[in-house]
Amino acid sequence: MLKTSFFGRRWVIGVPYAWVIAFFLLPFLILLYISFVDMGTDIHPFKPLWDAQKGVLSLKYENYGSIFRNNEGGGLFQTLYVEAYLRSIAYAFCTAVLCLVIGYPFAYFIARSQEKYRPGLLMMVMLPFWTSFLLRIYAWKGILADQGVLNQSLMFLGLIDQPIQMLYTSVSMLVGMTYVYLPFMVLPLYANLVKMDFRLLEAAHDLGASPWRAFWLITVPLSKAGIVAGFMLVFIPAVGEFVIPSLLGGPENIMIGRVVWDEMFTSNNWPRASALAVTMIGLIIIPLVIYYHAAAASSLEKEGR
Amino acid sequence: MKPFFQKNIGAIWMALVFLFLYAPLMFMVLFSFNSTRQDARFTGFSLRWYEALAKDSKIVEAFWLSIKVATITGVLSAVLGTFAAFVLVRYQKFIGRTIFSGMVNAPLVMPEVVIGLSLLLLMVGIQNAFGWPERGMLTIVLGHTLLGMAYALVVVQSRLLDVDRSLEEAAMDLGARPIQVFFLVTLPNIAPAILAAFLLSFTLSFDDVVISEFLSGPGVNTLPQVIFSYARRGINPTIYAAATLLITTVTIAIVVYSVWVARQTRRRARETFSN
Repeated sequence: MLKTSFFGRRWVIGVPYAWVIAFFLLPFLILLYISFVDMGTDIHPFKPLWDAQKGVLSLKYENYGSIFRNNEGGGLFQTLYVEAYLRSIAYAFCTAVLCLVIGYPFAYFIARSQEKYRPGLLMMVMLPFWTSFLLRIYAWKGILADQGVLNQSLMFLGLIDQPIQMLYTSVSMLVGMTYVYLPFMVLPLYANLVKMDFRLLEAAHDLGASPWRAFWLITVPLSKAGIVAGFMLVFIPAVGEFVIPSLLGGPENIMIGRVVWDEMFTSNNWPRASALAVTMIGLIIIPLVIYYHAAAASSLEKEGR
Repeated sequence: MKPFFQKNIGAIWMALVFLFLYAPLMFMVLFSFNSTRQDARFTGFSLRWYEALAKDSKIVEAFWLSIKVATITGVLSAVLGTFAAFVLVRYQKFIGRTIFSGMVNAPLVMPEVVIGLSLLLLMVGIQNAFGWPERGMLTIVLGHTLLGMAYALVVVQSRLLDVDRSLEEAAMDLGARPIQVFFLVTLPNIAPAILAAFLLSFTLSFDDVVISEFLSGPGVNTLPQVIFSYARRGINPTIYAAATLLITTVTIAIVVYSVWVARQTRRRARETFSN
């Protein structure tokens, strides 16, 4: 057996363990800590939790409170922050849906293409991923601008008389986000669909099912795991997107990542920025927990059969 | 006979999606050779934006910084990721295994903004306490490695799970010490995965804007940061020139890599056959 220690089991475990404690756990605890203290005065960006003068812990919930309640006479949930959260969720959700609608048939056709073409097709899906994400977003700016290629071409073709504003709107946001996250949807779907036994479709056909009916009753249910995985892989990073709203979005398209940044560096309100970040983690953990529960339940179900 | 569209819907759909995926790349390559700043019309061939790129000291400096940061990040991530993968695959029971596995994987789902902000708060805390480190290359590398390690772990772990343990046991039976077994048997076995892990974390680091924006100091800017600041100011074909160079490099690298992999596979197939 390989149980004997090679250069000490303790070291092998210790090195990566210490690394994640120092650079993941500790920063997170600091974030959590700062989210519960008061904003500082002068040069100190925040006050200590331990109030030395009174000798008490001054735990502050205001940072979280101010996210959800408007201090200037507004009601609950009517703040810029809640709006930004909701907008982030909405964009991430629409992006995931668009990726699914475009990516599902795409992955399906790759999976059903001749075997010798598949590695090349997959490579073509991956290739843009290896070039800079920032540059690809930037290119859309040039394509979608009022004087950009798309508008000019449409005008040249006589389809429109004047440029349609696409840049700095929801259109450019969704185009950019769908563009960036599409491979994250395609790859898990492909991995799932390529394993499917397509003879099931032939059997359905022989039994008189129309292709559509067979697709809805066989292919889609069998690829449910791929759909859910792809959806999560798109939705979760999309919620926290920072670069795309900055380049392709207008002032009305601000997402929560940008709000955290502004709170930190423009308003210099470290505690509130921290509270916003902690809330953001919560927002992402909820769908993840649901996902893992569903995944665990379905694997249990499979074992039961 | 089905109509043309219905018969070829698969090919048409694939072509459209590939057009969508490649349109921005083709657009940048084409307009990097444009003779004017104009964006929608190609006014004539010129190399002036490449000249401007080579003369832009900000971009050139940032490029070398990014190369350095990405290389160190790649090495650190590959090493730490391999360590972590080894721990998770080979040691089924130790105190805090679940927590460890959760923590190393968490950066995969954490928004980059949160990673950047929390590391910034840590660095500021350390700097206030010890007067070191200044925010700059070191802090950027630390931030990138946190993310890179998580990706490296996934890549190496899946390879390590496939390794045939009987080879290692045979080496042990023949008297090899554990450290020899690791370097002579296990490591060569997982080397391709470690290389892939290096490349992946190198790319992530070379491409990252958000974490660098949080962790870089005054005057220290990576290439994506400089591009990001140019990009927000408007259209600048110099960036298209940079993009074209990058696209060319990546395409060549990927083609070389796939040819190499294909040759390896064929060679292995031949060896198996001749045995």
